[in-house]
Amino acid sequence: MPVLYGTHVESALMLGTAGYPSPRILADAFARSGAGIATVSLRRETGGGQDFWTLVQSLGARLLPNTAGCHSAREAVTTAHMAREVFATDWIKLEVIGHADTLQPDVFELVQAARILAAEGFKVFPYCTEDLTACERLLDAGCQVLMPWGAPIGSGLGLNNPHGLRALRAAFPDVPLVIDAGIGLPSHAAAAMEMGYDAVLLNSAVARAGDPVQMAGAMADAVRAGRAAYLADPMERTDMAVPSTPVLGKAFL
Amino acid sequence: MQIILNGSPCHTNAATLADALAQAGVTGHIATALNGSFVPAALRDQTPIRDGDRIEAQAPMQGG
Repeated sequence: MPVLYGTHVESALMLGTAGYPSPRILADAFARSGAGIATVSLRRETGGGQDFWTLVQSLGARLLPNTAGCHSAREAVTTAHMAREVFATDWIKLEVIGHADTLQPDVFELVQAARILAAEGFKVFPYCTEDLTACERLLDAGCQVLMPWGAPIGSGLGLNNPHGLRALRAAFPDVPLVIDAGIGLPSHAAAAMEMGYDAVLLNSAVARAGDPVQMAGAMADAVRAGRAAYLADPMERTDMAVPSTPVLGKAFL
Repeated sequence: MQIILNGSPCHTNAATLADALAQAGVTGHIATALNGSFVPAALRDQTPIRDGDRIEAQAPMQGG
C-alpha cells in the first residue's frame, strides 16, 4: 500500500467527491471503493457546504483538499492556506491550471507555488504532467509525491502517453507516483498500477458512470489486480510468437 | 461603505472582517481571504475593513 509523506494509506485508490447524482450515492461509492483518500475543494458558500462538510467527515477517508481552478501561484497559495484551516490538514493537491481546453497544468507557476507551500510545511501533491524536467523541479521544490495526468481531467481517455509515464516511473523509482486525471475505465487504472504507479486518483469515471457504486467497486478491483500484477513481475513482451506447448517430443506425422 | 463579498457588492458599516461576515449572515465552517490574502479565523475580529475591500468566504465543497 502506498506511503505518502510518511502516512501508510490503506488503498491505492484515491477518489474525488464531485459530480455524484446524490450525497447518498457518493457515500455508497466511497464505501464500495475502499478509497483511503478523498479529494475535496473550497468554493463560495451558496448552500450545501456545511452539509457536505458533515458528509465528508463520515467517509472514513483522509481528506486531500485541492486548489482546482487556480491559474496562478498566488491564487493557489492563498487557496492552500484557506484549505489548511477549513480541512485541518497540511496535505494539499496543488493544481495550477495553464490551459482552458485541456486543463493542462502551468508547470512554471506550479513549481513556484510548490516551493512556497513546501517551505511553509505543506505536504504538496502536485498535479503535473509526465515531463521529466518539470517533475525534477517539483522534487527540488520539496514535493515528495508526484501526480502526473493520465489524460485531460474529466476526459476518460486513459493513459495518453504510456511511454512517457513508464519513463517517469523509471526515472524516479523511489518517489511515490500517482496517476491523477483522465482515467475512464478500470482497465486504465489497472494499466497504471501494472506500470508500477503507486496509486490512482479518479473522480468522473465513478461519479459519471451509470451506476457509480458498481463502478467504484470495479475500480477497486482493477487497482488491486494491477498492483498484484506489478508485484508478480509480468513477462517480457515479444513481437513474435513463442510456443507455450513444448516442441520437443511432438509426434512426427 | 461598499465591499465585495464573494463577488457581490454589498453595503456594510462593519469595522472588522468578523463583523462584516456576521452582518451578511455568513456563518458556519468557512475560511476567509481579504483582497486575495488568507485571514485566519482567529484574526477576523482584529482585521479592519475598508471601502472597496474584496472578501472571500469559502466553504467545504465537492472536488476532484
